[in-house]
Amino acid sequence: MCGIVGLFLKDRSLEPRLGSLLADMLVKMSDRGPDSAGIAIYGEGKEGRSKITIQSSRPETDFPDLSKSLEQAGINVSMEIKDTHAVFSLPVAEEERFHTLLRADFAAMRVMSRGQHIEIYKEVGQPRDVAARFDLSGMGGTHGIGHTRMATESAVTTMGAHPFSTGADQCLVHNGSLSNHNSLRRKLRHQGMPFETDNDTEVAASYLSYRMMEGASLGEALESSLSDLDGFYTFVVGTRDGFGVLRDPIACKPAVMAETDRYVAFGSEYRALVNLPDIEMARVWEPEPATVYFWKH
Amino acid sequence: MQQFDLEAEGLRKLNQTLHALGNDTNQKTWEVINPRGSHAIAVGLDVPIEVTVRGSTGYYCGGMNKQATIIVDGSAGPGVAENMMSGKVIIEGDASQYAGATGRGGLLVIKGNAASRCGISMKGINIVVHGNIGHMSAFMAQKGNLVVLGDAGEALGDSLYEAQIFVRGSVKSLGADCIEKEMRPEHIEVLKTLLEDAGADAKPEEFRRYGSARNLYHFDIDHADSY
Repeated sequence: MCGIVGLFLKDRSLEPRLGSLLADMLVKMSDRGPDSAGIAIYGEGKEGRSKITIQSSRPETDFPDLSKSLEQAGINVSMEIKDTHAVFSLPVAEEERFHTLLRADFAAMRVMSRGQHIEIYKEVGQPRDVAARFDLSGMGGTHGIGHTRMATESAVTTMGAHPFSTGADQCLVHNGSLSNHNSLRRKLRHQGMPFETDNDTEVAASYLSYRMMEGASLGEALESSLSDLDGFYTFVVGTRDGFGVLRDPIACKPAVMAETDRYVAFGSEYRALVNLPDIEMARVWEPEPATVYFWKH
Repeated sequence: MQQFDLEAEGLRKLNQTLHALGNDTNQKTWEVINPRGSHAIAVGLDVPIEVTVRGSTGYYCGGMNKQATIIVDGSAGPGVAENMMSGKVIIEGDASQYAGATGRGGLLVIKGNAASRCGISMKGINIVVHGNIGHMSAFMAQKGNLVVLGDAGEALGDSLYEAQIFVRGSVKSLGADCIEKEMRPEHIEVLKTLLEDAGADAKPEEFRRYGSARNLYHFDIDHADSY
């Protein structure tokens, strides 16, 4: 099963409510995926600075230790802790040093996302609890995607939760299962793409990142995934300023979209959308199979 | 008219209440408010009543229906009227995947569009779609009629048995063993009745008929690629 939600705001006055609207959508999809939940949220970025979201299983000691090491190394960072995650903000030029230090001294901590705008929060547990732990309702932003997971292809772990981010300001959530993920992972590894899990969705995210590194646009990368990914999938992807949807050609995974002058929304089911502003007036439709949908700010 | 607030009273109470009605009930008309995309609304009814759902529904609305008329004043999620036995289900908006799947009788009317696999494995149900239908519709359909006023998606009627398909618009492609067939007077008659019952503004003569070529009924090595 799995549940996917996404919300792309056109009306800036809704931005402070992004987190609370997304949280409601996510919780509504709980019985599609009670194993774990996660969200990627795109907010204001600061020019010249990167945001890196880190997860730790020992947040009370790890994050202060990391912060101290960064200070000692002379890296100008600010840190905001939310439960097991912390968002570090630092100058773009320092990003490489940050990752080197992380790999050397804090290998147990996991990078959830990096980029100018994106933050990813994900954990094992009921969507309602996950949303509360990270105070999702209190977050604002321009667009975001979320996922409630019913694990099929890999273990129920924090790293196996969605969204998966394999490139700066990129992320992907998936409902379905891929049948050729092992062979594709091998090929992508040969091309130098790193993998952290045995999860099929990480392969899809990495595949899109790799295609875009080769010069494809997101639209072209999604288009080519129709021929290179086998299995069932509905993908919702986020980029720095965009939001995309793709269903496989067989399209057995459910998907509903709604659009008004104020937002574009995606849900695995209509009930995920019922509390959005003026949903009764929205154009509601089911995305066509093998068709790329994309919105951009 | 009886009104039932689904949000206030819950799904189990709705279905229990409707199941408890007898054939001679005086409570003939019902309105369900606040469906908000909930699943399994008004399933398993076996009583001649009319239930109007004000808003859109989730999975399996009107499933296994017998006798009742169920009207969705909104759009319907996956599997609407699945395995209907008799009665009528009317969707004012669109229907999601596999509408009317495996239905054995009754009439399903979709006033908007239907998504993929509409009427998959239908076994006697009649389905009239005012708009378009998606891919793999009437896959393995065995009996009954699927009428489409708009266009049909890919692989229409794949591995079809004896169900009949009538399409007024274009057909993107026909599935394995599905062919266009001659429209004879008896088909015009069937279609005329169905269009009237479904309140559809169309003439039977505007439709083309599709059915099984019956080449896949018995295994034949020459057709191995089609199975």
